Amino acid sequence: MSVFYFVAFLSIFFALMTIFTKNAVHSVLYLVITFFTFTIHYILLNAQFLAVVNFIVYMGAIMVLFLFVLMLLNLNKDTEPLKSNLIKIIGVIAGLCLVVTIAGSLKLLETSNPVVLKDPGIGLVSNLGKVLFSEFLLPFEISSILLLTAMVGAVLLAKNETKKI
Amino acid sequence: MELAFIIEKFALVILIFVVTLVIAMYSTLAERKVAGFMQDRYGPDRAGPFGMLQPLCDGGKFFFKEEIIPAGAHKALFILGPTIAIITACISSAVIPWGRDLTIAGRVVPLQVADINVGILYVFGVVALGVYGIMLGGWASNNKFSLMGAVRAASQSISYEIAMGLSIIAMLMVTQTLSLREIVEQQAGFNWNIWVQPLGFLIFCTCAFAECNRVPFDLPECETELIGGYHTEYSSMKLGLYMFSEYINMFVSSAVMVTLYFGGYNFPFIDSLGLSPNLLAILGMVIFFLKIFAFIFFFMWIRWTLPRFRYDQLMNLGWKMLIPLSIANIVLTGVITIVKDTFF
Repeated sequence: MSVFYFVAFLSIFFALMTIFTKNAVHSVLYLVITFFTFTIHYILLNAQFLAVVNFIVYMGAIMVLFLFVLMLLNLNKDTEPLKSNLIKIIGVIAGLCLVVTIAGSLKLLETSNPVVLKDPGIGLVSNLGKVLFSEFLLPFEISSILLLTAMVGAVLLAKNETKKI
Repeated sequence: MELAFIIEKFALVILIFVVTLVIAMYSTLAERKVAGFMQDRYGPDRAGPFGMLQPLCDGGKFFFKEEIIPAGAHKALFILGPTIAIITACISSAVIPWGRDLTIAGRVVPLQVADINVGILYVFGVVALGVYGIMLGGWASNNKFSLMGAVRAASQSISYEIAMGLSIIAMLMVTQTLSLREIVEQQAGFNWNIWVQPLGFLIFCTCAFAECNRVPFDLPECETELIGGYHTEYSSMKLGLYMFSEYINMFVSSAVMVTLYFGGYNFPFIDSLGLSPNLLAILGMVIFFLKIFAFIFFFMWIRWTLPRFRYDQLMNLGWKMLIPLSIANIVLTGVITIVKDTFF
């Protein structure tokens, strides 16, 4: 339990650092560390497959691409877009709405009993695969179609741009 | 967690680190000797017999050189770059099974640091993390050429990771497990996975070259276009660590390739020799290292034979050749598995 609290503290600390640092590249690096602490959380939950996939996909691929884009952008102080007061006020209102929603949903939350985990081996690869391809086959297939749609959309957007030039 | 267990693992980790570093050290010498052989000249032969002390001299030189951190560089990330490169290179060997279990004084000692059931994905993840070292180092140098090298490294590793992952999927369809220990045990004798997955091995091997930034995929440090690429601004041991991590990566990826496709520590007629289990374990380990050295030689052979790709050729090969080929390999493997299960 103490390990959990320590790692949870680290996650929240680095998540806050992600928001509060001025430098965009630092921000991405803190986000990478935040994802790393998530990986530790998954291992603590005995979800090894999820842990290693989080490690490969988020830390190893997506954040590398984030860093890639940020390195090519010239993020200086003078190029920073100035936001009008109206946008700031809207931002504050939207943030408060989010806080209210989270607070409301937290009130309904019950803490699950960690001792009586229904199936402790569910996070292992073979068990997870069997469950995904039998019990949750339809949601699994639908989400894969969703991802395919996003991919086709991305390719289409990239194609249109080259035609204009 | 008993004390003996901790001591045993600690000793194993230290031993593997030492072996890895020594092999990486002598790979630098071997590379130059192989280059000399290929180009019909002597390699380094001044320091010690056959130049055996050359790596020590090089190491000493790296340590005593002046260390320069450019004024415009981001200091913390500039130091972090080589650190990440060397750490990720060293920790990726944690899941490789080096040999059969040894029995010392009634205690079974597995020659593997951690037998986790997602072993191969662990290697994959750590390799994916290794690119941060190059990217951060290149960006923090505050130099256009370094940045170009870093950007090239990032896009190259992302592109080739996809094909590598897909070729592993086809292999897993055959082995039905992710644990490297079990994969090796299945290849007992001469049932190596190379016989069932030749195309998969070809794709994996090509991608391993790309992930190690070896010729013909060493565009991040292409000196004809980018001076030194991502390590242009580095000097002293920081440059040494970058080079060292490349050689360690070469060693580890050779070990992974041998484990996955060439039977690991298995060799033909292993069980008909009639030797004691401990002796067989050690013999298997020796064979494993011989296979690894053969692969390291292969890496060097390719380096001094092929010229470097152009960047568009690299991307075309990755996206238009290797990825469709590896998907076809998955389909083919699936069809063959089904046909085998239903008719034989």
